[in-house]
Amino acid sequence: MSAVLLETQGLSKRFGALEVARAIDFRLEAGARHALIGPNGAGKTTFVNLLTGVLAPTDGRVLLDGEDVTRLAPAKRVKRGIARTFQINQLFRGLPVLENVALAVAERLGAGGDMARPAGRRADVLAEAGRLVELLHLGADAGRRIDELPYGRQRLVEIAIALGLEPRLLLLDEPAAGIPSAESHIVLQAIAALPPDIAVLIIEHDMDLVFRFAERITVLVGGAIFAEGTRAEIAANREVRAVYLGTALDA
Amino acid sequence: MSLQAATLEAATRHRLRAWEALPWLAALGAFFLFPDYLAFGTQVLVMILFALSLDLVLGYAGIVTLGHAAFFGAGAYTVAMLAAHAGWNEPLSGLAAAALVAGLLGLASGWVLLRTHGLTLLMLTLCTMALLEQAANMFSGFTGGFDGMPGLAYRPILGLFEFDVLYFRTQYLYALAVLFACFIALRVLVHSSFGRSLTGIRENLLRMHAVGAPVRARQVLAYAVSAALAGVAGAVFAQATSYVNLAVLGLERAAGVLIILILGGYGRLYGAFVGALAYLLLEHTLSKAYPTAWQLGIGITLVLVALYARNGILGLVDALRRRWGAR
Amino acid sequence: MDLASILLGGLAAGMVLFVVSVGLSVTMGLMGFVNLAHGGFAMLGGYAVVLAMRHWGLPFSAALALGFVAVALLAALLERTLYARLYRASELDQVLFTIGLVFVMVAGVTLTVGPETQGVQLPAWLRGQTDLGLLKYRTYSLALIAFGVLLMAALWLGFERTRIGAQIRAAVDNRRMAESMGVDVRRLFTLTFALGSGLAAAGGGLGAEILGLDPQYPLRYLAYFLIVVAVGGLGRVSGVFFAALALGVLDFVLKVHFPKGGTMFIYALTIAFLLARPQGLFGKRA
Repeated sequence: MSAVLLETQGLSKRFGALEVARAIDFRLEAGARHALIGPNGAGKTTFVNLLTGVLAPTDGRVLLDGEDVTRLAPAKRVKRGIARTFQINQLFRGLPVLENVALAVAERLGAGGDMARPAGRRADVLAEAGRLVELLHLGADAGRRIDELPYGRQRLVEIAIALGLEPRLLLLDEPAAGIPSAESHIVLQAIAALPPDIAVLIIEHDMDLVFRFAERITVLVGGAIFAEGTRAEIAANREVRAVYLGTALDA
Repeated sequence: MSLQAATLEAATRHRLRAWEALPWLAALGAFFLFPDYLAFGTQVLVMILFALSLDLVLGYAGIVTLGHAAFFGAGAYTVAMLAAHAGWNEPLSGLAAAALVAGLLGLASGWVLLRTHGLTLLMLTLCTMALLEQAANMFSGFTGGFDGMPGLAYRPILGLFEFDVLYFRTQYLYALAVLFACFIALRVLVHSSFGRSLTGIRENLLRMHAVGAPVRARQVLAYAVSAALAGVAGAVFAQATSYVNLAVLGLERAAGVLIILILGGYGRLYGAFVGALAYLLLEHTLSKAYPTAWQLGIGITLVLVALYARNGILGLVDALRRRWGAR
Repeated sequence: MDLASILLGGLAAGMVLFVVSVGLSVTMGLMGFVNLAHGGFAMLGGYAVVLAMRHWGLPFSAALALGFVAVALLAALLERTLYARLYRASELDQVLFTIGLVFVMVAGVTLTVGPETQGVQLPAWLRGQTDLGLLKYRTYSLALIAFGVLLMAALWLGFERTRIGAQIRAAVDNRRMAESMGVDVRRLFTLTFALGSGLAAAGGGLGAEILGLDPQYPLRYLAYFLIVVAVGGLGRVSGVFFAALALGVLDFVLKVHFPKGGTMFIYALTIAFLLARPQGLFGKRA
C-alpha cells in the first residue's frame, strides 16, 4: 500500500453558467496506473488543466504530497513533479527531436538560466536526452526536425519530453489520439515501459488501451465523477455501460 | 541521422567556424580599401549592432516588437545629454551609462509589456516608442527636439584616439571594436542554455511553461539585454556623428532595423551583418538620386520576402546550398 | 477656444478616425490579421476623391462613392491574391508584408501624383458656418459628426439585423464554431475586407480636410488607427466608435493646449489602458 501522491478536494470550475468541473474528489497513489474516461465534453482535459495549474479552480483544492498547490503557477508545479503530455502536440516544431527533449532535461537539471556556458557543453543534459530518445525508439530520428516527422512519432516525443522532467505524476492526455491504428502499438509499448514508480493518469478514448493499461478507472460525466473502481468493477458497472461504454462500443 | 550524429551536432553547435572570421577581416580590409567611405562604414557597423540586438528578442525569443528604436534613442540621448548638460563626455563610460539606461528601460518596459502578446504587444511597443519620442519633443529645451543637438564634442577614446571629424577613421575602428565585443557576448548568450531556452520559448511558449521554465522572467531578461545592446548602438551612433535628433527613436528607424534583420535573415546573428550591408548600400546609392524608387523597391522587396523568402538572404543561400548538396 | 468648440472639433476628428478604423477592427477581429496597410487604403481613397473632382469634375459626394467602390474592388483583389496567402503565417510575416504594401502605396502615390499636400474643394453647402443657436460652428465639422453617427447607426443595424452581420459577429467570437455551422468564413472575409477598406477610403476622402492628405498619411496615422482598434476591442464596432471619439477629442484638446509633444499623454494613456484591459473596451477576455 503506497502513500497518496495527489488529492483533489471539491475541485470545481465554472465558466459563467457553465460548470465544467463539479466538486471533484480524487486520489492518486504513488505508482498508480489510473485512467480517466468519459464522453466528449465531460471535462477530462479541464481536470488535467486544473491539476497542472493552466486553469485556476473556482473552488476546491489540489494537494500534492499533502501540500496545497492550488495557487501554484504551472511551471512551479512541474518543479514539484507534475508533468503532462498534450492532447494536441505541443512541441518545438523547428528543432530536432533530441533538442526537444534536451530543453526539458535542461530545465529539470536547472541549466536553463545559465547565460554563459554553451548548451553543447552540458554533456549531462545531452546524455539524458539521448537516453530518453532511445527509450522511445526515436534514435533514428534524433536529428530530424519535429515538422519532418509523421504524427505518430511526434506523439512519442511528447512522452519523451514529459519523462525528461522526471515526474512523480505523469498526466497523459489522449496519447494515442491522432495516431493511425497501425502505429498505436508504439504508444502502447512506450506507456507499458514507463518506470513503475511514476503515478500515471491517462485520458483515453481507446477502451482497448484503457483496459489493458489502467488498474483503476474513473468515469467523468458532465464535470462530475460518475463512477470509480477497478477495471473489473467499471467493466461490470451497468450504469457506466449505459452512459458511456455502451455508446462508445456502439460507435 | 543517428543519435550519435544528432548529439555531436548539438554538442558542437557553439564552436567557432573558420568562416566566421570573414566579416571581421572584411571590415578591417574595408578600412584600408575605402578610406573615403568610413563615415558610411561606421553607419553600417552601428546598424549591424542595432539589428543584432533586435535579433536576440525577435529572432531568438520570438518577441515581435515595432518599437526597438526606443532603446537606440535612449542610448543616443543618454550620451548626448550627459555631454551637453553634465560635461560628461568620456566615450567609454558614456557607453556604459547608455547601456545601463537603455537596459533599465528595457527591464521596466519588458516587465510590464511582456504580460501581453500579439496585437496588444505590438501596439504597446509602438506606443512606448512614440511616448519617448513625444517626451523628447516636449522637453526640447534639453533634447533639442526636431532640430537636434549638434556639435557635441567627446573626449579621445581611452584618452588616446581623437574622434576624426572629417574621415571617421577613429569612429570606424571604435564602432568595429564595440561591435566585436558586443557580438562575442551575444554569441555566447545565444549558444548558452539560456539562449536555447529562448529558442524554445519562440518555438512553443505553452510547452516551455509545461517543462517548468520561468518563461516571462527569461523573456524580460532577454528584452533587457537586447535593449542595453540597442542602447550601446545608439550611443556609438551619437558619439560618432556628434549629433542627435528625434529621428533616432522614430518609427522609421524602428521599421528600418526590422527590415534589415528580416532581409538578412533572423535568428542566426549573421543575418544582421548581411542585411545591414545590403540595405544601407542600396539606400546609399539609390535613395539620394531616386528616393521614391528606393521606397518602392523596399516595399516590393518586403512583400516578396514575406511571401516567398521568410528566412531572408542567408535563408536563400541555405536553400541554394541544400539544392547543390542534393545533386 | 470655448469648451463647445473644442468638443465639436474633436468629435469631428474622432468621426473621421471612426470611419477609417472601423473596417480595420472588423477584419482584424475576424481573421486575426495584423494589417498595418489599412491607412494606405484610406489614403488611396482620399486621392481618388481629390483626383476625380479635379480631373473629371465629379461632385464631392459622387467622388466619395467612386473612391469607396474603387478601393473596395482593389482591396478585394489584393485580399484574394496576396493577403489570403498569409492568413496562417506568423504575425511577423503579416507585419512585414503590410509594411511593404504601405511603402509601395506611398511610393506609388508620390510617383504618380507627387509629394505635395492635396486639398479637397468642398461643395458650397458644406462650406462656411452654421448657426446652432448657442454658437456658430464650421458646417463641415457638423456634417462629419452627423455622418459618423448615421454610419454608426447603419453599422449597428447591419450587424444586429442582417444575416451577414450575424455571421460576422459569430465568426469574430468563435471562428471554428461559425465554420462548423456553415458560415463561409473565407467569402465573409473578402467581403468585410473590401467593405472595410472602402469605408477607410471614404474616411480618407472625408477627413482630408481635417487630417490632411499627402503620401506620408498612412505612416503618420498608423499609430492612431491601431490605438483606436486596440482600445475599442477587436471586431467591436461600438468599441471603435467610442475609442475614436475619445481619441479625437483628446488629440484636439492636447493640440490646442500643448502643441509640442502633447500627444505624449495619448500614448501614456493608451499604454495604461491596454495593460489594464488588453482586450479593449468591449472585447471579451480571451
